Amino acid sequence: MAEFPTELRYLKSHEWAKRDGDVVVVGISDHAQDELGDVVYVELPEVGAECQAGDEIAVVESVKAASDIYAPVTGTVVEVNVKLEESPELVNEAPYADGWFFKIKASDPAEVESLLNAEQYQALCEAEEH
Amino acid sequence: MLASIGVTSIEALFDEIPEALRSGELTQTPSGISEMALLRTMNERARLDEVQLSFIGAGAYEHHIPAAVWDLVGRGEFMTAYTPYQAEASQGTLQLIYEFQTMMTRLLQMEVANASVYDGATAMAEAILMAIRANKKNKSRRVLVAGDINPTYIEACQAIVRNQGIELEQLDFDEDSGLVGLDDEPGEFAALVVSYPNYFGGLPDVDALTDWCHENGALMVGVVNPTAMALLKPPGEWGKEGADIAVGEGQPLGIPVASGGPYLGFMCCKQAIVRQMPGRIIGRTSDVDGNDGFALTLQAREQHIRRAKATSNICTNQGLLVTAATIYLSLLGDVGLRSVAMQSHQGLQRLLSHMDSTGKVKKRFTGPCFHEAAIELPIPAREVLPLMAEQGILGGYDLGLSFPALENCLLVNVTETKTEHDLTLYMTTLSTVLEAKGC
Repeated sequence: MAEFPTELRYLKSHEWAKRDGDVVVVGISDHAQDELGDVVYVELPEVGAECQAGDEIAVVESVKAASDIYAPVTGTVVEVNVKLEESPELVNEAPYADGWFFKIKASDPAEVESLLNAEQYQALCEAEEH
Repeated sequence: MLASIGVTSIEALFDEIPEALRSGELTQTPSGISEMALLRTMNERARLDEVQLSFIGAGAYEHHIPAAVWDLVGRGEFMTAYTPYQAEASQGTLQLIYEFQTMMTRLLQMEVANASVYDGATAMAEAILMAIRANKKNKSRRVLVAGDINPTYIEACQAIVRNQGIELEQLDFDEDSGLVGLDDEPGEFAALVVSYPNYFGGLPDVDALTDWCHENGALMVGVVNPTAMALLKPPGEWGKEGADIAVGEGQPLGIPVASGGPYLGFMCCKQAIVRQMPGRIIGRTSDVDGNDGFALTLQAREQHIRRAKATSNICTNQGLLVTAATIYLSLLGDVGLRSVAMQSHQGLQRLLSHMDSTGKVKKRFTGPCFHEAAIELPIPAREVLPLMAEQGILGGYDLGLSFPALENCLLVNVTETKTEHDLTLYMTTLSTVLEAKGC
């Protein structure tokens, strides 16, 4: 059974976002990594890249699919998880911890609050399965 | 069929394609003819193709092809195979492509190769698109293209990239050397494309060009002749860091010269940018029992999975021609290929020295050549070629067709297929024709 931590916010496209001051950490959900299967590659954005909420800024590739990762908020990429370059399997092993993708310094950190909460996202995932 | 999918007309099917991107009516394409009429036309035209002694290269080169090559390629197991959708069921095909990739990486001294693309020109276009995707140092969509690259390649690339917001800027070649020079302030660009040897058979300073390109934050793309790579410095060794992408036409490797092909494009790159490479890549792996096996890799980037976001829409390869090239290379080996390259080069050198002694024709550009050179006649090439053809000799390619300033120039190629007698015959015929023209 996939985990849906309540302290996180989610996108319909299966990213999670966690606000830490004015920085937002982004990864993909446990449900998403399970659906993708073994992650073999993550194409990360450049540090310093500017993004609008909804922009495609990364790609996650598994043995069966390659999917775009969308920016949940508007801002600037300030850090990327370079460990994923050598160890993409971290996305499968710890999607909410070591498997994070990138951090965005948000122009309006409150934007995070408008994303789905755990309950809403879980309901969405369950609906997709049926 | 249209009714059952709820579409009113063929045109309505294409509604989502913007007007600006549509070709419109193809005015140069005649309407269809019957099978009987087509056969008759083809037979009539085939009769015009007399067997002649050909000195035309210009991108397609006549080399000896050992009989075993097409004997083996013609076997049903290869002939009827297509990269299948359940690819792993065809271990033989996959192993052959894997061997091809290995040979190409060794020949070019590059880290990875794909399973081939359509031909040399489309390989260059794919390299340009790939370089723009792979360049993380700048976001430029401007690509510098050496003006001494095969003009038909540049034309094909323009056709492929011009609707994608990519600007190809041609660098002029020097009038004396036929080579492109370096610009002090080139502005921002994503990639530089250089041909080695160039269209005139000449040898640009690829080390300097590669370093200059990298200093400007761009990716280096080499378009190379595979036979020449047995003698010349391969792209993986150019400059301090080597070329990033190397492509070319694989026809010289066991594929007969034919008008329009089919030929085969090869494509290699550095490991660091392999995920931006289009096309199929076969990898070697092991199965659950630990036996060697071969598999398609990096498929997730392709259009049957990524749809519109695919790395490229080239998902196929020239399977049969790859088979021919692989058998050709395995029969010749590195010593054989070097010998072919050396004999071709020496043949050209002998022809050029015969020309020197006439005093009427001379090499157009300074500097060394591989197996092809531009030679300058006292009169336009188009006046000389038909008369040579009457004597059974295709004397070369009329450079005036692509470069008006070079209308007196012929692009002449010699390979290992030409004997001393052929070279003498060429010179005698050329001299006779020139004399008849009052030169």
